[in-house]
Amino acid sequence: MDILLLSRIQFTLTVMFHYIYPPLSIGLGLIILIMESMYMLTRNPLYHQMTKFWVKIFGLIFAIGVATGIVMEFEFGTNWSTYSRYVGDVFGSALAAEGVFAFFLESGFLAILLFGWDKVTPLMHWVSALLVCFGAHFSAVWIVVANSWMQTPAGYHIVGEGMHARAEITDFWAMVFNPSSMQRLSHVLSAAWLTGAFLVLSISAYYLLKKQHIDFAKASMKVALTVALFACAAQLLTGRISAEGVALHQPTKLAAMEGHFAPNAVADFYLFGLVDEKNAQVTGPKIPGMVSFFIHGNFDTPVRGLGSFEKKDRPPVAITFYAYHLMLMIGILLVMMIAVGLVLLATGRLFETRWYLSVLVPSVLLPQFANQLGWFAAEVGRQPWIVYGLLRTSEGLSRAIKADVVWISLIMFTLIYLLLFVLFIFLLDHKIKLGPKGIALETQKQRA
Amino acid sequence: MDLQLIWFILLGVLLSGYAVLDGFDLGVGALHLFAKGDQQRRLMINSIGPVWDGNEVWLVTGGGALFAAFPDVYATLASGFYLAVFLLIFSLIFRAIAIEFRSKQPWAFWRQSWDVAFCVASILSAFLFGVVIGNLIWGIPLGADREFQGTFWGLLHPYALLTGLTVLSVCMMHGAIYIVMKTEGEFHAMARGWVKNTIIFFVIMYGILTMATLLYAPHMVEKLKACPLLFLVPVLNLLSIANVPREIHHKRDFLAFLSSSAAIVLLMFLFGLGIFPNLVLSNPNPQLSLTIYNASSSIKTLQTMLTIAMIGMPLVLAYTISIYFIFRGKVKLDEHSY
Repeated sequence: MDILLLSRIQFTLTVMFHYIYPPLSIGLGLIILIMESMYMLTRNPLYHQMTKFWVKIFGLIFAIGVATGIVMEFEFGTNWSTYSRYVGDVFGSALAAEGVFAFFLESGFLAILLFGWDKVTPLMHWVSALLVCFGAHFSAVWIVVANSWMQTPAGYHIVGEGMHARAEITDFWAMVFNPSSMQRLSHVLSAAWLTGAFLVLSISAYYLLKKQHIDFAKASMKVALTVALFACAAQLLTGRISAEGVALHQPTKLAAMEGHFAPNAVADFYLFGLVDEKNAQVTGPKIPGMVSFFIHGNFDTPVRGLGSFEKKDRPPVAITFYAYHLMLMIGILLVMMIAVGLVLLATGRLFETRWYLSVLVPSVLLPQFANQLGWFAAEVGRQPWIVYGLLRTSEGLSRAIKADVVWISLIMFTLIYLLLFVLFIFLLDHKIKLGPKGIALETQKQRA
Repeated sequence: MDLQLIWFILLGVLLSGYAVLDGFDLGVGALHLFAKGDQQRRLMINSIGPVWDGNEVWLVTGGGALFAAFPDVYATLASGFYLAVFLLIFSLIFRAIAIEFRSKQPWAFWRQSWDVAFCVASILSAFLFGVVIGNLIWGIPLGADREFQGTFWGLLHPYALLTGLTVLSVCMMHGAIYIVMKTEGEFHAMARGWVKNTIIFFVIMYGILTMATLLYAPHMVEKLKACPLLFLVPVLNLLSIANVPREIHHKRDFLAFLSSSAAIVLLMFLFGLGIFPNLVLSNPNPQLSLTIYNASSSIKTLQTMLTIAMIGMPLVLAYTISIYFIFRGKVKLDEHSY
């Protein structure tokens, strides 16, 4: 395999694995803040117990998120050093801002959240929950801004030529508020809330099915369902806005997402389908003209398709199409699940409806899959560019590395991440089985 | 003062902050297996429990600042030191998860395995930081395209191994003092012994490294020769090192810690002074070196970043100080501990 493919596989593997954790810490950070706020308002010990339990889960998730996140920061330089030279002037400042504004906040106050129960006042502890939640959200802000700049570059100019060409910033705020950053950020954040909410729903449903920690599970479930409701409304809205943005700024990505091959024709919306890249067609049930309507508000307006772009500028269609459509389907499934949950809650049957609870338990995976698929659509759809329209992925590669060292690091990552994932699931399972009442029990055992 | 110089100094501040803070928790890790029994090892880990990941953020931010202010340096070093960077990152990963996972199961083999992982990963991290520093002093082969032209094994020359061991020794001394400061009773008495041994280790390494630098990397002391006033820096450095055993003897543990922190900062200062204005020295063709001027970002970015730093760094200092203040005093094991 060549070094470009190896480096791409390694980046995909490491970023996918990393991205299991940050959405959980963003979503759970918000839920913990809500729970602790409710404790501050009501002084009900149940909310205190809830906060304590979910903070423990948060700690485990955060640790792996940090450990796998450091990899990402240095991987731009190790495998994509030509890209780093090219964009450092623009991209680097967003990354540095993330460190200064987000990571210090999050990691510092997490210490109080985890270990400070007896060292600070309840108010200070609550403030820490607030700041950890802010920190988690800020970290998403800067990294999504940086990534959005790669999708829709703005606020820069190109200096130098050939090998020495690089992007230099001309307007910092235009870079930060590039055309796609805010719509994508809102989509990413609301997806993260959904991810956190479904973790809480899943674990609470498990307790209700096992008839353990009933009060704890019921209260946690109510909080999570409320968050999920808002998150999923925001998902629909921001998803729509993001798609419009893609249509406007990244026509090749949109055409690949929708499987729209014809150079300039009315674009249909496929509910699902099989992509045949060779013959440039998609077979499957479709709503004629729906994509045209979506973009232009008119079923008959033609949309630029892949055929109007040179072959070398087109992204891989099948992956982008399937990822995008699967994400949509999962999204719709989640909306239905939340709707059913709310109806059951309103009619007072939520905690007794065993089939629904049984569905909730594995549903923790659904937002995770949707997150990964959404990023697949976004990043594969951006190809062949690493910075859309400016720099090709193949041009961003490090020149100083050889395939053999990338093999070594790729194999190491695969092994270490497998180990990490198995241990994470094992420990998470252990924590869940101990449950909220297990917190004190666990430490007594350790002391003995 | 121009912006490139300001960023060279700010980068130095961030990395010195990292060296002082993560220095002691890497040191605690390197000493971990000397602690006997589960109780002592839990004390070791919990002494750094609330602060270690905040300490590591100094590295993350330093890396981000390097990327933003000197993109070419970031790109050349990360791709040139490819395997070393990943080895370092794997070590940092194992350290993080060892701390987090160890306490989650009571089984002896589980805890033993994580104890070993924590210790080995800490030793390797400190050593590799030293190897990187050694190579920056010694110089690395660079091409006209600013790309590294050497090999991984070429990075492990005797001088770099020497700086690797020196950094490991200073971390161990710093970590031992931190443990003395954070513990009490029998364990505290034992840790005092560690301080003595690690100071001896450090002073020996320091002496050898100084000689090697004077003989083989004399460019590191040119600025001291040119401006005799700067000679005060190595003198202060020696005094602060000599002050450590004195403060330990008088049981002023916090002052000993400050003293060893000062020694680390002064060492970083000497390192920065020595390499200035180069960031990556090219050896054998020094005219191809990456300097703070030919490898920097645009003035506009350096200005923007300076604004970010002026807003952000006071906040960071405020968080750091308040976290250390809240978790001051001797470490106690309770239900929230690791």
